[in-house]
Amino acid sequence: MTAPRPGGSRPRRPRASQRAGRTRNRGPLLILVPAGIGVAFLLVPLIALLVRAPWHGMGRLLSEAQVLTALRLSLECATAATIGSLALGVPLAWVLARSSFPGLGLLRALVTLPLILPPVVGGLALLLAFGRNGLLGRYLDHWFGLTLPFTTPGVIVAETFVAMPFLIVTVEGALRSADRDFEEAAATLGASRLTVFRRITLPMIGPSLVAGSVLCWARALGEFGATITFAGNYPGTTQTMPLAVYNALETDPQAAIALSLVLLLVAVIVLVGLRDRWLRAGSAP
Amino acid sequence: MIGGRNDIREVAAIAEGSGRTGLAVQAVIERETFRLDVAFTVTPGEILGVLGPNGAGKTTLLRALAGLTALSGGDISLDGHVLDDAATGQFVPAEQRPVGLVFQNYRLFPHLSVRENVAFAPRSHGTDRRSARIVADEWLNRLGIADLAKRKPAQLSGGQSQRVALARALAAEPGLLLLDEPLAALDASTKLAVRAELRRHLAAFDGPTLLVTHDPLEAMVMTDRLLVLEDGRIVQHGTPAEVARRPATQYVARLVGLNLYPGTRMGSGQVALDDGGTLTAAGLAETGEQPHPPDPAGRVLVAIPPTAIALHTSPPTHTSPRNIWPGTVAGLELLTDRVRVQVAGTPPALVDITPAAVADLDLAEGTPIWLTAKATEVDIYPDPN
Repeated sequence: MTAPRPGGSRPRRPRASQRAGRTRNRGPLLILVPAGIGVAFLLVPLIALLVRAPWHGMGRLLSEAQVLTALRLSLECATAATIGSLALGVPLAWVLARSSFPGLGLLRALVTLPLILPPVVGGLALLLAFGRNGLLGRYLDHWFGLTLPFTTPGVIVAETFVAMPFLIVTVEGALRSADRDFEEAAATLGASRLTVFRRITLPMIGPSLVAGSVLCWARALGEFGATITFAGNYPGTTQTMPLAVYNALETDPQAAIALSLVLLLVAVIVLVGLRDRWLRAGSAP
Repeated sequence: MIGGRNDIREVAAIAEGSGRTGLAVQAVIERETFRLDVAFTVTPGEILGVLGPNGAGKTTLLRALAGLTALSGGDISLDGHVLDDAATGQFVPAEQRPVGLVFQNYRLFPHLSVRENVAFAPRSHGTDRRSARIVADEWLNRLGIADLAKRKPAQLSGGQSQRVALARALAAEPGLLLLDEPLAALDASTKLAVRAELRRHLAAFDGPTLLVTHDPLEAMVMTDRLLVLEDGRIVQHGTPAEVARRPATQYVARLVGLNLYPGTRMGSGQVALDDGGTLTAAGLAETGEQPHPPDPAGRVLVAIPPTAIALHTSPPTHTSPRNIWPGTVAGLELLTDRVRVQVAGTPPALVDITPAAVADLDLAEGTPIWLTAKATEVDIYPDPN
């Protein structure tokens, strides 16, 4: 609080300063009005979803076999994509954060490209790489009889391609800011580089690892463009929840809303979980 | 020159018979703006103190010994095994060196319990979980911290962390123990207790120990021998008592509280000081270490304790001291039971007197003053640098 100044009537001063404080927090109208419109713009669609939801038929809509199949497929594929991202993304993040070689900056940019690449383009690119006649796909087919496009593994590949950069970016940031001192201390105690990574580095970036995995999983769960391009839209094998929503819009809009609500619920759970536990813990050094 | 290459080889050869030869270092580390160039040996069971100001290269030296930094030149060997040799490119990485390092801020793994921290080295060396736990508990017992086993580092006090860090380093059964400012992170009250205890634990360690510090008291009471490191080179080397009595540089002189003046010996007990003025020492001819007759152009250092200088407000006439010179009071500082008077003059001096004497003499900044020092109180010795 500011020191009392001479002059002016005493009882009015606190009220005046309160009013000044409130005005300052509120900011000028020129900012407040667009900000308010922005909030409405983001929230009204969600409210519409809730208002128009077929609450009475919800149980029936969500217990349909096709819906349950899509839900199960979504959860399984997103989880598999997250596991794949962890297996490949964490070592890659380590390389990006801890090594130095010419072209590292370029590599980092390329690796995170799927973050901003339109997913449809990603799906097409996957098709050209792993398709039956693709760059690598023809060998997979010839040698192993392995076909990815329009199969469930194809869904996992598409989701991993799109979601892994989220994990890489989060983990790389954590590895960068992690205290190297502890790794040095571990080395002086006789720990090999692998032991240091396993017993010191990984536990210390744990919060970021969890945050990155959850982000990655959520992104994989919502993946649409790359999946439909690379894996198609076949109920039971490649039709995940977002694809089911898209399909249902044509045939049964009520079901589409119900499915969307499920995805919204998952998103909210992820957001709340991240905010309360991992995002903040992960951002602390 | 201290500890030249030949000396090291000799020491190593003599100790070879016992199998454990200790540490032999002849290290050069070059950075863009800094060069460390040191040579010394440490015998098994000996505690070598490395004393020096910040930026002198103390930590760089420890890192080189631990294998966290490679040498640019020279070599390091422990008990006859080469750890690093710049000439042959031989380099044993940190995780394969039998070297324990207690870091200044301890660096206890925050996500592991005290027991797991101490068990970390045995586990890393391939011991199974259960046996590593037993080893850890033994060390915790030995250091009297068994009751802390389940705590996390965040729940420890500074003194406790220090003991855990020591236990963790010792549990690796190192052949060489390095301590980087082991007490610097402690507050004054715990420092005293921990220092005595650390001294005891270090005495039980039978390999060579290097203790880096910038605390003179720590260096004096904890070590068997001292290296003084300044600007990447060794400026003095001796027992703590020798270093305290006859400091080789202004840095050490300030630490141990002596007035130190470099100068040139002129004969008849007189020394011409580099920064002006002359001092006379009675013992010049008798100092046993010096050759007879003394080298007339020899570079020497003159040390006078602040308590050996007397202050007078008028020129002393009927006094016996042979050193009399004028000055002005430049500052007064209250130590616990004395007042340290900074006197500007040729030469300048720090003088310790009682608070009562300050009042008697009516001293204030700018007061003109006369200084006297008995020739017998003036120590003179060859400048090692």
